[in-house]
Amino acid sequence: MKRTNLKTNDLILQTVVKVVFFIIFIYSVYIFFAGHYTPGGGFVGGLMTSSAIVLLLLAYDVKTVASVIPVNFLKVAAAGLLVALGTGLASFLYGVPFLTHAHGPVHLPVFGEVEVASATAFDLGVYMVVVGVTMTIIQTIGETE
Amino acid sequence: MSLLHLAILLPFIMALFVPLFYKWFKNVHTGWFVLLLPVILFIYFFQYIKPVSSGSNTYSTANWIPSLGIQFTAYVDGLGLLFALLITGIGALVILYSIYYLSRAKEQLHTFYVYLLLFMGAMLGIVLSDNMIVLYTFWELTSLSSFLLIGYWHTREKSRYGALKSMLITVFGGLCMLGGIILLYLVTNTFSIREMVTQAPIIMDHPYFLPAMLLFLLGAFTKSAQFPFYIWLPDAMEAPTPVSAYLHSATMVKAGIYLTARFTPVFGLAPEWFWLVTGIGIITLAWGSFQAIKQTDLKAILAFSTVSQLGLIMSLLGAGSASLHFESLDNNMFSAAVVAAIFHLINHATFKGSLFMAAGIVDHETGTRDIRRLGGLMSFMPITFTIAVIGAFSMAGLPPFNGFLSKEMFFTSMIKLLEFDLFNVETWGILFPVLAWIASVFTFIYSMIIVFKTFTGKYQPEKLDKVPHEAPLGMLLSPIILASLVVLFGIFPNVLSFSIIEPATASILPYLLEDGEKFHVHISHWHGFSPELFMTLGVIALGTLLYIGLAKWRKVYRLLPEKLTLNKAYDASLRGLDKGSLRVQELYMTGFLRDYLGYIFAFFVLMTGWALFANSAFSFQIDGNAPIGVYEFVLAAVMVAGTVTVLFAKSRLTSIIALGSVGYGVALFFVFFRAPDLALTQLVIETVSVALFLLCFYYLPELQKREKLPFKLTNFLISLGVGTVVTLIALSANSQRVSETISSYFIENSYKEAGGKNMVNVILVDFRGFDTLFEITVLGIAALGIFAMVKLRLSKEEES
Repeated sequence: MKRTNLKTNDLILQTVVKVVFFIIFIYSVYIFFAGHYTPGGGFVGGLMTSSAIVLLLLAYDVKTVASVIPVNFLKVAAAGLLVALGTGLASFLYGVPFLTHAHGPVHLPVFGEVEVASATAFDLGVYMVVVGVTMTIIQTIGETE
Repeated sequence: MSLLHLAILLPFIMALFVPLFYKWFKNVHTGWFVLLLPVILFIYFFQYIKPVSSGSNTYSTANWIPSLGIQFTAYVDGLGLLFALLITGIGALVILYSIYYLSRAKEQLHTFYVYLLLFMGAMLGIVLSDNMIVLYTFWELTSLSSFLLIGYWHTREKSRYGALKSMLITVFGGLCMLGGIILLYLVTNTFSIREMVTQAPIIMDHPYFLPAMLLFLLGAFTKSAQFPFYIWLPDAMEAPTPVSAYLHSATMVKAGIYLTARFTPVFGLAPEWFWLVTGIGIITLAWGSFQAIKQTDLKAILAFSTVSQLGLIMSLLGAGSASLHFESLDNNMFSAAVVAAIFHLINHATFKGSLFMAAGIVDHETGTRDIRRLGGLMSFMPITFTIAVIGAFSMAGLPPFNGFLSKEMFFTSMIKLLEFDLFNVETWGILFPVLAWIASVFTFIYSMIIVFKTFTGKYQPEKLDKVPHEAPLGMLLSPIILASLVVLFGIFPNVLSFSIIEPATASILPYLLEDGEKFHVHISHWHGFSPELFMTLGVIALGTLLYIGLAKWRKVYRLLPEKLTLNKAYDASLRGLDKGSLRVQELYMTGFLRDYLGYIFAFFVLMTGWALFANSAFSFQIDGNAPIGVYEFVLAAVMVAGTVTVLFAKSRLTSIIALGSVGYGVALFFVFFRAPDLALTQLVIETVSVALFLLCFYYLPELQKREKLPFKLTNFLISLGVGTVVTLIALSANSQRVSETISSYFIENSYKEAGGKNMVNVILVDFRGFDTLFEITVLGIAALGIFAMVKLRLSKEEES
């Protein structure tokens, strides 16, 4: 992105963003996992993650962000689609229709009894697609001069 | 899921790994890895011969979309098994051949084998699925993969032309077939072929019978290159020779034959079926064999010969449907036609496969396939010559090869048809044996051309690109095996009778058998001095004469009109389509976003308004509505004000902020009405889109200063219409409840069924997960589109 007249405020913005980015990001991860029980989910979580990255983009420029987060977002979107499709296909292994989900308590070492739903895996796919797509769009538009 | 499903899916799974093999093992030809698969599958399917021939068919079901009656039911019966063995058996030989034919250094092998495996899996899927929708999916997949294979050398113009032609024609047929499938579903309420067969009498009496049958036949005829759809097959010869040998002689083109055979019990009793299948078959046979002689390219001759042989099998299937008019097998002389069809199907796969491979060897070792440049190759390539002789003589119907036997049976069936006293066969029926005989004469001639013009006569080294020599053993292996099978089936035809032909016949003609009864197929060489034998002798005599005098009567072909060919018609219609769509496109593609929005909104107003009007949905009740509080009023007023500001704002920043206030207002409404999930999403979306706006903001041109906005009546009407219709929909949707709200169902079940307390999320990922899957697919496509548009434009600008 070409630098605009925001330049004079860069120092404050950049310092704030360094901290705020992680707060938003962690919150978005929380929102994603909480989605099954409280407001949230893959869609909002994904949007929030990308808004955190957008904030980074606003404070720094595209090249810096690309070197900090060296991810090809188009690939993230593709991987997300595969994850979502894969959760759907996995149901065939159990002889049930496409996209049938299962849920139930699972015992984890630290967290103890945790309710796990396979829908979360599907949601992860949604999350990845949303992050991938929004960031691809913003980056491609932002990169063009 | 069962082992059978795995067998169908294995080629697709293998296709995923092919690029890795290509990358990791740089010194090994990728074909060796791929070869394993059809060999294993062939052995696997071979084990089914015993149970199937003793009358027990296997099937296993995997649910796909059970609520729509779509199950992936894999089903092995005689017919399916025969095709599965052909696909894997010929497939293995073709891959073995391709290892020597395609060099690792020059070709992009990984793409080639991925396409080939896709095709193999799709073919297996077609012949082993019981569900019509699944069959259709695989059917179109064969069209797609064959498109990719024909266009494999995509830098050549002709390859692309051939690929496009084959896809347009076969996909057109496939779509017709889909229509037929849906019609049949409406009649029978099932997608299962086995269940449809049991409902055949109901289908017969239904008004949809004829359209469904015609649509199915369009599918079968386009795929099997029947007249007049055959024109794609000769152009498909642009594919590498292993592909031609596999797709265009042994398997894909036979999918249409398979479909015709499979649906004979459903449609076969109708006179239209009998006349169309037999008639088109025999016309294709005669026309294809006649055209083959005109060709000068070895592969083109073989292509037309494939067309004509497919016609032969098709006409036999049509004749075989006559046997359905008998109660049982007693005195049923037409069931022999089905036996002949199956036998010839196998024979054709063997001799045509070997001939294609031989032609490929000639091409590979001399650099040309033009028979005008070839000649005298016998002494250089004795083994190839032997293979070609066996294949061609079998095709010509000469003893002792297998083609002789099936051709005799073909003559028998055509003569017997004269005794069929239904559907006015007495009027035109005499054409069947006459055309069959004439076509056989032509078949004899072009078979001789293939052998003798290539391998005997004058050797002209100055016309060849390379010095000919015999092909390496690996390349010869596959055609040698096929040629041996030609001889084997010719001398001992009954090795196939019990194991393959009887069960396949039983699955085409299921009702002629009593319980526990079986077809008894015994193919013999000597029938006494029958009319068939004299016909064969006549074919040889006249064929030899005509072959010797070829130069004299070849002028006949010049009498054919040059301009009035089917190919010209195809090209013209394609050009017309291009021009027509360009004209239509120029009418509305103005390049202005506001015009497009105008179309969309106008269409929306007309359609939805019409629907509202037609269903007289105007009844508004506001009794049960909640009271409107102060907050709502204020918020609504703010949003209206925001919208008006957008319209009249002089600066762009103002309008963006005003638009944002509308978005945040909507989010606040969600909060008021206790939809935190939606509010959250709306808020974040607003934030991200404002950021996007800011990104674009810098690059937008200056907003033009306008003294006064010009008033446009059409825009005014459209906007008025949109507002009215949306308001009407909102009001009437609330007051016109047909059934209970669905929300109570979700409230009740979201925790019980899906273990989630957040209803919205449960709906998104579980109850309506399929929708979400497609939504994110659309998102992905949109991102790809934007990426491609922006980046492609960039690189073009950089070039200039």
